[in-house]
Amino acid sequence: LGTLSSPNSLRGLTFKAAVLIQQWYRRHVARLEMRRRCTWRIFQSIEYSCEQDQIKLHNFFSYLMDQFTPSSSKERDFISRMFISGESYKEAELEKYCDYESIEVPDSYTGPHLSFPLLPDHATALLEAFQQKQQLHARYVLNLLHETRKHLKQLPNISHVSTCYSEEVTVCGDLHGQLDDLFLIFYKNGLPSPSKSYVFNGDFVDRGKQSLEILVILFTFLLIYPKEVHLNRGNHEDHMVNLRYGFCAGLSTISRVHGKKILRMFQNVFCWLPLATLIDQKVLIIHGGISDTTDLEMLEKIQRDKFISVLRLKKRKESSRKPQIEAVNGESEAGTDAAGNEAAPRLSLQPQSAQAPNTANRLEFSRWLRQTVQEQIDTCRRLMDISESEPEELTYSSVVSLKDVDEPCWTRQEEWKQVLDILWSDPMPQEGCRENKVRGGGCYFGPDVTEKFLDKYSLQFLIRSHECKQEGYEFCHNRKVLTIFSASNYYEIGSNRGAYYQANKTAHMLTMTQRISRVEESAFRALREKLFAHTSALITAFRSYDGDNTGKITLSNWATAVESVLRLGLPWRMLRPQLVRSTEDGMLEYKSWLDDLAMEQRSQEHIQSSLLEVIYRNRSNLETIFRIIDRDHSGLISFEEFQQTWKLFSSHMNIELTDDGINDLVRSIDFNKDGNIDFNEFLEAFRLVKQRPS
Amino acid sequence: MEHDWKIVQQSSDLGEGKVSDRTKAPSWRIAPKVSGCSSGTDGLIAEIEKKITEAFEVFDRESNKTVDGREIGCIIRSLGCFPNEAEVQELLAKIEEPDGFVHLENFLRVMTEVLLDRRFQPIPEDVILHAFEALDENKCGYITKEDLVKHLTEEGERFTQEEMEDMLVVALDPETNTLHYRDYRTKLVVDETKTFPFNV
Repeated sequence: LGTLSSPNSLRGLTFKAAVLIQQWYRRHVARLEMRRRCTWRIFQSIEYSCEQDQIKLHNFFSYLMDQFTPSSSKERDFISRMFISGESYKEAELEKYCDYESIEVPDSYTGPHLSFPLLPDHATALLEAFQQKQQLHARYVLNLLHETRKHLKQLPNISHVSTCYSEEVTVCGDLHGQLDDLFLIFYKNGLPSPSKSYVFNGDFVDRGKQSLEILVILFTFLLIYPKEVHLNRGNHEDHMVNLRYGFCAGLSTISRVHGKKILRMFQNVFCWLPLATLIDQKVLIIHGGISDTTDLEMLEKIQRDKFISVLRLKKRKESSRKPQIEAVNGESEAGTDAAGNEAAPRLSLQPQSAQAPNTANRLEFSRWLRQTVQEQIDTCRRLMDISESEPEELTYSSVVSLKDVDEPCWTRQEEWKQVLDILWSDPMPQEGCRENKVRGGGCYFGPDVTEKFLDKYSLQFLIRSHECKQEGYEFCHNRKVLTIFSASNYYEIGSNRGAYYQANKTAHMLTMTQRISRVEESAFRALREKLFAHTSALITAFRSYDGDNTGKITLSNWATAVESVLRLGLPWRMLRPQLVRSTEDGMLEYKSWLDDLAMEQRSQEHIQSSLLEVIYRNRSNLETIFRIIDRDHSGLISFEEFQQTWKLFSSHMNIELTDDGINDLVRSIDFNKDGNIDFNEFLEAFRLVKQRPS
Repeated sequence: MEHDWKIVQQSSDLGEGKVSDRTKAPSWRIAPKVSGCSSGTDGLIAEIEKKITEAFEVFDRESNKTVDGREIGCIIRSLGCFPNEAEVQELLAKIEEPDGFVHLENFLRVMTEVLLDRRFQPIPEDVILHAFEALDENKCGYITKEDLVKHLTEEGERFTQEEMEDMLVVALDPETNTLHYRDYRTKLVVDETKTFPFNV
């Protein structure tokens, strides 16, 4: 760099030095940024593939519905039990089943006491109690839920909020059980009050550990300040989703005895949450998004409580099936039910060739077919969440036609799509509107759809949530759509910020410290688990590149092979140093690499690794299915049910498991003498215990 | 992807990348996409292209093979290069579209050259040390916050205020408000070698 002499050369020297330092430093920052983005990508791809799993689960149920013809009434019972959960109750039944008055609050209880009507003091007491990690007694929870339900029932599907310039409206996005984020919002922004309105845009529960606390607080404020607090339904305020993502599990740990009642009540409260909020007729707030068929008039008029779970009513794939029936019968049986109404969702009627009688005898076949059709229709109608307050099991359209002849007669299907789109859609940068295959529900909607929609209803702006954003918020579609996400550190500490939006003010940010390496660690751990779960497929893929059976492949082929198996769309070459420790001359010994992965994951030595792999890969599906089978949420299923479930599951997933394999599994669990399995214990035994680095 | 490749030779004196006067005896033959086991120069180039594409796609927010021009510097650097701002701008000028975005195919073309040429080599550790020492007038092993800010925001390729603040947060010893540059440099070097060692 030269020696120091005259001031000029000194200045020149420091100038050059500055350039170098800046150059070097900028490189460092760029690398950090790249790591951050890669980590983000990992989390996102895993999350979405999880959501795809959820969809696969639904395909599984559809498959059962379509293909499985129960051979005995016992089997049929068993299957139908899987589907009938979350029925909506008549008012009286609900009060009877989920009653709280009989529940005594013991003297030893030190938590907050609620009395109705609620007052601001109750809210403060609750906030303080939850800050000190206390719990609210089940009696008060149930009482609160009953009152909340009564209040929500009076609300329209779309809440209307009006502001004058002096009044603030704060919009919060997904909270996902992260109570600390809610506290932070209240701390920074203030509690709800007559001069401070709040809109909470859905997804209050699941994933985070304090879903119940969040709901209690939100409902409390809702009842105290009904004009100022508004809640929108999110896709997680949905029974089927709760089963999967932890809300249900959380409840049963809180109160074994009352957990069931509380869960039942929640089902009947969630379905009454409004679907959207409109501020000043100008800003629409919905949880997911819109589609090119979103119709606000329809949304305002439908009976929203009918949709306890938006996920259960799945459209049948009929195109490939109808022709077969027509060929056999010469007439189409599809689309009509016993009452002759068109409203039932179209059914697929696929005769199972293995179980159908000999097709040579057409008469017999058509009789069998009619019978199967009838059974399918019956099952399907039971799925339709038809409220038992209806005296007979009427389809929706017939109800409408009885009530008001002038009302437009929408099909159940159309209404369901409206709700599904609102709760599940995501914006996309390209124009148009297409099916959201990643989530399996709702649409991807483009800027043109937004434009048209805002135009049609004279709106200025859409606010939605549903997607986690690194900065907690993101504008798109020419700043006409704002995504707001309030659960910070959603994937891991440091993964993202949370944000909330204030009308008439610039978007406000919550800042959390971002520690990149910690987040990275977590992301890579999750990724390694995924890799392990696909061990056999990976070996096959690697072998295809190792023609000479040397046991080694190039790193380039490693990357290609891994992507072909996992299909996560990740930059594997960038990630490689974190996943592959040792290489020789740019070649990887894949078998020992996979063994290393397995060692990390294996928690119980006596279980064969292939079985473990299967369980890991399908773990969350298994959990969900088991929870569905345990209808009364008691935590017990019979040994027989367990075996049957496993068989069904494995046949659908094309898993080869011998009876011995299943027995081995069972033997490693304690089940009590009466043949019941406490499957929580079972799941715990196989659950990977995630430990956060301290 | 079109294969309208210009033939480039290895060259150590960094020109402007003007290719037209270098097409004598090409030592690299650039072939279209190579499948199967990679070996030799064809495989090498294919591998480089994959790496470039991967890095590009991480920043491709909308998955439409374009990135914001302002992120190009970041991408280039994460591929193992140490360009200064002027060099980044020069590269950007070649490939930036009027709307400020960069398309993958253009980036790929330019960046492959860069990597094959081994342009923008890393700054050796001792050079950086000397650079810090040049700012340390009294040779006491540390630089005061004021001096640091003055030099880096007023001289060289100036830091923005944000960049300066970001650096200070990590680099300054909070008690003395000074930068002990030896430690700092070592710290950053260690961080770097943990991830993404990029070998052409």
